[in-house]
Amino acid sequence: MTEPSGDHSPPAPTRGITWPHRRSAGVVFVGGTLGTAARAALLAAVPYDATWPLGVFVANALGSFLLGLLVMVVARSTRSRRIENLRLLLGTGVLGGFTTYSALAADTVALASEGSLIEAVVYPLASVIIGAAAAVLGMVMGNTVASGGRR
Amino acid sequence: MTAVTFVLVALAGGAGSAVRLAVDTAVAARWSRGIPLGTVVVNVSGSFLIGLVAGLAAASLVSGELVAVLATGLLGGYTTFSAASVEIARLVLAGRGWSAAAYGVGLLASAALAASLGLGLVALVVGVR
Repeated sequence: MTEPSGDHSPPAPTRGITWPHRRSAGVVFVGGTLGTAARAALLAAVPYDATWPLGVFVANALGSFLLGLLVMVVARSTRSRRIENLRLLLGTGVLGGFTTYSALAADTVALASEGSLIEAVVYPLASVIIGAAAAVLGMVMGNTVASGGRR
Repeated sequence: MTAVTFVLVALAGGAGSAVRLAVDTAVAARWSRGIPLGTVVVNVSGSFLIGLVAGLAAASLVSGELVAVLATGLLGGYTTFSAASVEIARLVLAGRGWSAAAYGVGLLASAALAASLGLGLVALVVGVR
């Protein structure tokens, strides 16, 4: 998801580890802060239901759709530093921070340990299937939008 | 959640996201074939860590505020669901439905197992279930 390129190419490996460009990390930090703030606000706004963590579910589905849209628009654009910054800010940063996998895993384990075995299977599977469908929709729409603007 | 906690959660999420970029870049430099392994590494390791946090919270060893900063903030920002969804979508659109299902279910099962291992490890050490 974060193949670096152009100006953001990581420096030569030091002690066997390839680090991202410092500027890329800064851009992702800003985006991740905004995305996490949006997710925290959504979690605070949505009433908490232990059997179906709706806030995380909605954030993950919406974020998957928007990332699908973004990757197709980026793929159809001419590579430039501005496009690369936009991908890092909005894709890796905002949407990476807005969506979360760890909460999905923790909520699934919590459901299972409380004995809600059906929810412990249905909730994560529905999250993954809806998320993938949302990403497909976003990619198809992004493809249409990007090619429509070109012709 | 107080305003200060909210800001700390957001900043921790930014830091987690930057760490995700670093891990992803380091993994991508060594593994460029097939599925992007970076997304798998961050999500499984982040799920293990959130299991540790959940275990410490269950044992009342960390405050609710710190749990919010670590779980909602740091680990929420470190892990990502959208990149995994787009990876599944790419496989689906390439006509590789079985690979998509295997990746989706495999990542989910690995992350849930990692979270339960983290939780179990704390329970084992602290002696609280």
